[in-house]
Amino acid sequence: MATSEAALRAPMSGAHSHEGTYGGGIWSWITTVDHKRIGILYGLTALTFFVIGGIEALIIRLQLHGPNAGIVSPEVYNQLFTMHGTTMIFLAVMPLGAAFFNFLVPLQIGARDVAFPRLNAFSYWLFLFGGLFLYSSWFFQAPDGGWFGYANLTSLQYSPGLGIDFWFLGLQLLGLSSLVAALNFAITILNLRAPGMKLMRMPLFTWMTLVTSFLMVLAFPAITVGLTLLMMDRFFGADFYRVAAGGDVVLWQHLFWIFGHPEVYILILPAMGIVSEVIPTFSQKPLFGYPVVVYSGVLIGFIGFGVWAHHMFAVGLGPIANSVFSATTMIIAIPTGVKIFNWLATMWGGKIKVKVPFLFAFGFIIMFIIGGLSGVMHASPPADLQQTDSYFVVAHFHYVLFGGSVFGLFAGIYYWYPKITGKLMSETLGKWHFWLMLIGFNITFFPMHFLGLQGMPRRTYTYEPGLGFHDMNLAATVGSFLLAFSFLFFFWNFFRSLKTGDEAGDNPWNAATLEWSIPSPPPHYNFDTVPTVRSRDPLWAEDGYEKPPADHEPEMPAGSAWPICLAAGLLLLAIAAISSHLWLVGVSVLWIFIAAYGWSFQPVYR
Amino acid sequence: MPSKKTWSWKGPGLVLALVLVLGLAACTGALPQSTLHPISDFGRRIDDLFRRIFWFAVGVFVVVEGLLVYAVFRFRDRGGEGRPEPVHGSTRLEIAWTLAPAVILVLIAVPTIRTIFVVDNPPPAADNALPIDVIGHQWWWEFRYPTLGIVTADEMHVPVGRTVELHLTSKDVIHSFWVPRIGGKRDVVPGHDNFLWFAVDSAGEYPGQCAEFCGEEHALMRVLAIAQDSATFQAWADSQKPDGREPTDSMAIQGRQLVTNGICISCHTIRGTQAQGTIGPDLTHVGSRQTLVATVLPNTPENMFRWIHNPDSVKPGTKMKIPQLPDDQIRKIVAYLQSLK
Repeated sequence: MATSEAALRAPMSGAHSHEGTYGGGIWSWITTVDHKRIGILYGLTALTFFVIGGIEALIIRLQLHGPNAGIVSPEVYNQLFTMHGTTMIFLAVMPLGAAFFNFLVPLQIGARDVAFPRLNAFSYWLFLFGGLFLYSSWFFQAPDGGWFGYANLTSLQYSPGLGIDFWFLGLQLLGLSSLVAALNFAITILNLRAPGMKLMRMPLFTWMTLVTSFLMVLAFPAITVGLTLLMMDRFFGADFYRVAAGGDVVLWQHLFWIFGHPEVYILILPAMGIVSEVIPTFSQKPLFGYPVVVYSGVLIGFIGFGVWAHHMFAVGLGPIANSVFSATTMIIAIPTGVKIFNWLATMWGGKIKVKVPFLFAFGFIIMFIIGGLSGVMHASPPADLQQTDSYFVVAHFHYVLFGGSVFGLFAGIYYWYPKITGKLMSETLGKWHFWLMLIGFNITFFPMHFLGLQGMPRRTYTYEPGLGFHDMNLAATVGSFLLAFSFLFFFWNFFRSLKTGDEAGDNPWNAATLEWSIPSPPPHYNFDTVPTVRSRDPLWAEDGYEKPPADHEPEMPAGSAWPICLAAGLLLLAIAAISSHLWLVGVSVLWIFIAAYGWSFQPVYR
Repeated sequence: MPSKKTWSWKGPGLVLALVLVLGLAACTGALPQSTLHPISDFGRRIDDLFRRIFWFAVGVFVVVEGLLVYAVFRFRDRGGEGRPEPVHGSTRLEIAWTLAPAVILVLIAVPTIRTIFVVDNPPPAADNALPIDVIGHQWWWEFRYPTLGIVTADEMHVPVGRTVELHLTSKDVIHSFWVPRIGGKRDVVPGHDNFLWFAVDSAGEYPGQCAEFCGEEHALMRVLAIAQDSATFQAWADSQKPDGREPTDSMAIQGRQLVTNGICISCHTIRGTQAQGTIGPDLTHVGSRQTLVATVLPNTPENMFRWIHNPDSVKPGTKMKIPQLPDDQIRKIVAYLQSLK
C-alpha cells in the first residue's frame, strides 16, 4: 500500500509527521495493533473515567459537607462510593498504568511492539467494554456494596436487583482484560529485549511493569474465584456465602484480599517505576542503588502476597493470625523505605532541574511517605481496631493511591507527553496544576485523619451534628473542589500543547533510556534497526548503545478487527447473563467462537 | 523564569499552616466518639500503643521529609558547567537504611504483639465478667443479658468497674461493633462468634456506631453505651426484668389492643402479651429508653409518632414496613408504648 509506505518512510527522513504514527481514520484506530496507539487509547479512556470517578467523589463530598445533608439519598450515596472506588481502581489508575506499559515498555527495551499485538488490542477493548458495561448500571441500578463487596451483603437476599450483578460481571470482564494484558507484558519483557538489554540493565519502569504483571497474573485468579462463587450464589442458588446453608462469609474476605492487597501494589509499583525514571533524569544522575531499588520492588511484590489479612484485623481471626500478618505487613515497610532513601540519594549531589515532571515525582515521594506512615499504624492490629473502617483509613489509602499513584502517574504523563505527542507541555500551567493539586489534596485528605480518630466510620452517607465531625468535613469538601479545579489546568495544558506546544525533539529532558533515542513521536515501528545495548543508561554512557543504519523499513503486523469482535462477544455474554436470556448466551458463545476462529486464521502480516 | 519563583516556601508553608490550624481545631469541642479519649482498660491499651507508634511516625516523617526538602533546595541546578558525579550506590548506606527502619519496626512490633495477646484473649477477670450478647441487625443492635434475663435494644447499659464480656453475633449481614471511647471495633459476623472484653472506668454515655458497611442505613445504625455505677446499673437491671407493664389510662389501654391485635406482634416482643415477634427490637420496656431508632431520635411521644407514622421518612430503606395507620390509632399506640417503662 502506497500510503503506508510513504508513512513508513516519512519518519526516517527526519522531518517526520504525526501521520506515520497516529494518522488514518477511525477504522485504523479500531483495528490498530500498534502498542503506542493502544497505549494512547488506554490513557484517554482512563483519564475519562478518572474525571467521572472524580465527579462522583465531588458529589460524595457535597453530601458530607455538613451534618444531615440531603443532597443525595442513602441509596444513591452508597452507589456513588461503590462506583467511585471501583472506577478509580479498575477504570482509572490501573489502566493509566497500562497506558504507560503499552506505550513505553517496547520503547524502553528496544522492541518494535509487544509479544502479542492483537491480544494487546483485545485487552484494551475488553477494558473499555467492561467499563461501559459497569457504567450502564446507572441506567438500571448501580451497585451499592462497596468496592470490596463483602459477602453476604451482596447476596440476592440482602441486595436484590441488578446492581451487584453489574458489579461482578463488569469486574470479571475487567479482570480478564488485566490478566491477558499482564501475560502479554511479562512475556514481552522476558522475550523481546534488544541484544544487550539484560534484566539488570532494564529501566526501572520496565522492571516495575514486570513485577506488576506477575502480581496481576497471580492475584486476579483469587478474585475471579471469589466472583465466580458469588455468581453461583446469585444466579444458580448456590450457598458458598450463605450462612444458613453452611456457607462462610469470611471466605469472601480471604479471596478478595488475597487479590486486594497485591492489587494495591499493582496500583503503586508502576508509579514507583515512573518516579525511579523521573528522579534520575532531572537530577542528572543515575539512579542510586539500582539493584537495590529493583530487588526492593521485587520483594514488595513477593511480600505483598503475605499480608492480606491486615485488612481483617477486626474480623476476629485470633491473636496468632493477627500477629503474623502484623509482622509481614511491617516487614513490607522496609523495602518501601529503602526505595525512598535511594531516591533521596539519587537527588543528593545532583543538579536538580525542578521541572513539572520532577515536581510530581517529588510530590509522590513526600505524600506517599505520609500514607506509608499511617500504613505502619494500621499494621499494628490493636491500633487498627480503632482505625479500620474509619476515615483514618480513608485518609491513609488516599495518601497512598492519590498522593502516591496519581501523583506518580501524572509525573509520567508530564514526563512522556513530549515523547508521545512530539510537543512540550507548558511549564507554567503544569506548575499551577501541581501546586493547586498538592494543596487541594492535602486540604481534602489530611482532615480525614482527624475525622477517623474522632470516630467517624467510612461509608456513612451522613453524620449527626453532635459528634464534632462538621469542621473537618467542610474543610475536606472545600479541598476537594480545589483539587478538582487544579485539573482544569492539566486538561487545558494537555489539549493546548497538542497545537501550540514547542517541538520536543528526540530527548528534551536529556534522559538516559532508550525511548529517548528515537524521534518524538516514535515512528510506528519504533526502531528501524534493533539497537544493541551496552549500558544501564544507554544515552548517558559513552558508547552506551549501538544502532546499525537502516537499509529497509521493518514490516509491522497489519491491523485486525477480530480483537474488538472477540471483546464484543464477551460483552454480549455479560449482557446475556444479566438479562437472563439463555438464547442470547448461545448467540454470544457462537460469536466468541467465530471471532476466536477468525482471529486464529487471519495472517499477522498482509 | 517565573517557574523559579513558584518554588518557594509558599506551597509547603500553606499546607503546614493549614495542618496546624486543623490540628488545633481537632483538639477543641466535644468529641463524643473520639478514639483518643478512652474510658476503658481496652481502649487505654490501644491508645498507649497508638501514641507510641504515632511519635515514631512523627520522628520518621520529620527526618525523611526534612532530608528530601533539603535535598531539593541544596542540590537545585544553579547553572554552571558539567554534570554531577555519577554515583551508582553504596553498600554501606543501603545496609544502614535497611537496618534503621527495621530497628524502628521491632520497637513497634514488640509492644504490638504483646498488646494483641492481651486484647484478643479473655482477661483474667473474665470469669466474673458480666456477659452481654450483642446481636447485629439491619440496622439496629439487640442486647441480651443472659444472666439477668434482660433483652433490650440500641442502648447498652454496663456497670462501671466490672469486666464485661460481649458475645457478638449477627442475624443478617456483617456489622462491626464500635464504641470508640470504649475501644476498638470487633466485626459482628453471621455464622461466627466474636468476643470483646473491657471494663469501663467512668460513668457516662458513650455513643458509637456500626463500622462495617451493612447496607442502605449503615450510617444510622448507631448505639449508645451507658456506663453506670453498680447501684444505678442494678436499679436499671431490676426495672428491665419484669414483663411489660399493664396500661392504666384509657388511651394506652386502647393502644395495647391495637398493638397486640395488629401487625406489630409479627416483629416485636412485649413480654406478658401476645407480642412475641423476634425480628424487630424488644419493646417490653421501650418507654424507659432514652432514644429510638438506633438512638437516632430522642425518645419522645412526638418522635415515636413520627416514626410509626412513616418509618421510611426517618430512616429510608428501614426494614419496618407497615401500612399507613390513622393518626388517632398511632397516638394510642404511642401512649401504650410510652407507658412501657
